[in-house]
Amino acid sequence: MTTVFKRPRALSDTPFHYCPGCTHGIIHRLTAEAIDETGVLDRTVGVASVGCSVFSYKYFDCDMQQAAHGRAPAVATGIKRVLPDTIVFTYQGDGDLASIGTAEIVHAAARAENITVIFVNNAIYGMTSGQMAPTTLLGQKTATSPTGRCVEANGYPIQISEMLATLAGSAYIARVSTHNAKHVLQARRAVIKAFDVQQKKQGFSLVEVLSTCPVNWGMAPREALRWMEDHMIPAYPLGEFCAPKEGQTHA
Amino acid sequence: MGKILMKGNDALAEAAIRAGCRAYFGYPITPQNEIPAYMAAHLPEHGGVFLQAESEVAAINMVYGAAGAGARVMTSSSSPGISLKQEGISYIAGAELPCVIVNIMRAGPGLGGIHPSQGDYFQAVKGGGHGDYRMIVLAPASVQEMADMARQAFVLAEKWNNPVMILGDGILGQMMEPVEFTDQPLPAVEKPWATSGAKGRRPNLVNSLDIVPESLEQRNLALMRKYERIRQEEMDWEEVAADDADIFVVAYGTAARAAKSAVDIARREGIRAGLIRPISLYPFPDHPLAKAAERQIPLLVVEMSSGQMVEDVRLAAQGRTTVYLHHRMGGMVPTPQEIAEELAKGCGKKVQS
Repeated sequence: MTTVFKRPRALSDTPFHYCPGCTHGIIHRLTAEAIDETGVLDRTVGVASVGCSVFSYKYFDCDMQQAAHGRAPAVATGIKRVLPDTIVFTYQGDGDLASIGTAEIVHAAARAENITVIFVNNAIYGMTSGQMAPTTLLGQKTATSPTGRCVEANGYPIQISEMLATLAGSAYIARVSTHNAKHVLQARRAVIKAFDVQQKKQGFSLVEVLSTCPVNWGMAPREALRWMEDHMIPAYPLGEFCAPKEGQTHA
Repeated sequence: MGKILMKGNDALAEAAIRAGCRAYFGYPITPQNEIPAYMAAHLPEHGGVFLQAESEVAAINMVYGAAGAGARVMTSSSSPGISLKQEGISYIAGAELPCVIVNIMRAGPGLGGIHPSQGDYFQAVKGGGHGDYRMIVLAPASVQEMADMARQAFVLAEKWNNPVMILGDGILGQMMEPVEFTDQPLPAVEKPWATSGAKGRRPNLVNSLDIVPESLEQRNLALMRKYERIRQEEMDWEEVAADDADIFVVAYGTAARAAKSAVDIARREGIRAGLIRPISLYPFPDHPLAKAAERQIPLLVVEMSSGQMVEDVRLAAQGRTTVYLHHRMGGMVPTPQEIAEELAKGCGKKVQS
């Protein structure tokens, strides 16, 4: 008998707490596969954030630190600077990274901090039950934008990847999606590349992964995947926004 | 080695490096700027990491990350910046990470001023951030103590896996005095809990989160037991002219320097005054104060704040003696003469000036 599919070594044998239809589980798996693929598990330190992924330290089977809301890039900086041979990644949602943690993520990128950020964008605050996020789409109804996000009151969604790609310290910035198998495989390649960039000391790497939140979007899982494809991708176009040139190093 | 004339902030930074501090994260703010400048100039030559963070918030979280990774790490700031660090300090206390935080206090509230103050006493000794936790707090009163306590702070931080704050002020940071350094390196401490990559062992976790109330209460109780042991072992104070004292002045830091001179003035006037100087502000040295209170010796508390430590002095005295306050604020420093006059009042006398 041949094993064709198994749990990555970088994932612990712990059931996820995520809601049915949420794509966090897929993104955890992609991150773990990238750690396996690059062969760095025993020198990897992950940083969990605050939000739905607050318990991600239970799932990644490597050394982990749990960071305060939005501060994961600063915590990761502290780790990476004193232990430059470790592979350091953060796993952050859009409330954490794009709202309360904007200063930390912008300056980690500007410093060419040699860390990898997995940025999960589901356009809403999940853990705290569906409030408007900086990434919430115009017109999208949430607990704190009950009639839909409007420009007059709430301004525009933040495109983190495009913004960070303008910084010279960013080595690899990509936005990917998880709405179907083809895109999951593309996302897998992007996450592996981000870890590879760090291993080659090429600078700051971030993969923005579009993700669903069926419960707080008020949709069935399949409907949520469709909504992500139809509404989120137009607002958050997929692609690589910057990639290191051959032989480029920052460190 | 002999004595060197140095600024308090520089002496503290030099002593920290000699104690094996190999990582510093900070953000500019007056009157502590000599500390990051000294670290930027000298840490790299010892193989250490200096990083100017984008904010005090980021700096303290870098300290969290580096401490969790096993480094001997510190940060420094001044009052408004220390307010910004409170969230991170709470997480560090919750995760039980060793680190040193220096507060070179300036006057507040708000942006206040840049002159010396002791207005952050409550914030330092009562917790400061959210949740139930304590820092160990040391109060230097000379440039020599700025250096000695930098070293002692790392010893205590690593002994108790707890944040330690050095609570100085603008005068202690800026003034120059002769200082002597020890060449004795601080031994490395085993940190088997550090997140340094899980090669050949189970993964480590640095964390303050525990959403099960039954289990979080056990963590809280364990922290309380630790703080109680810290109270038993780490109380520190100085007594001056205490043996025959009819009245004590109680002061720490810069205020204690003026108080010490005031004791001399008072003694020349025939007032048998003494000084009790708390050196550890947490744990607060209530033993000598309780002893004085039992003998009904009046206690004059002198502070550069609205009167914060005086509350802890009253708790220690438990109503058994008179506790009264003399204080200056806003960056003003009490003079020995005005303290001596207060001592005289406490004994029903007058000082001839």
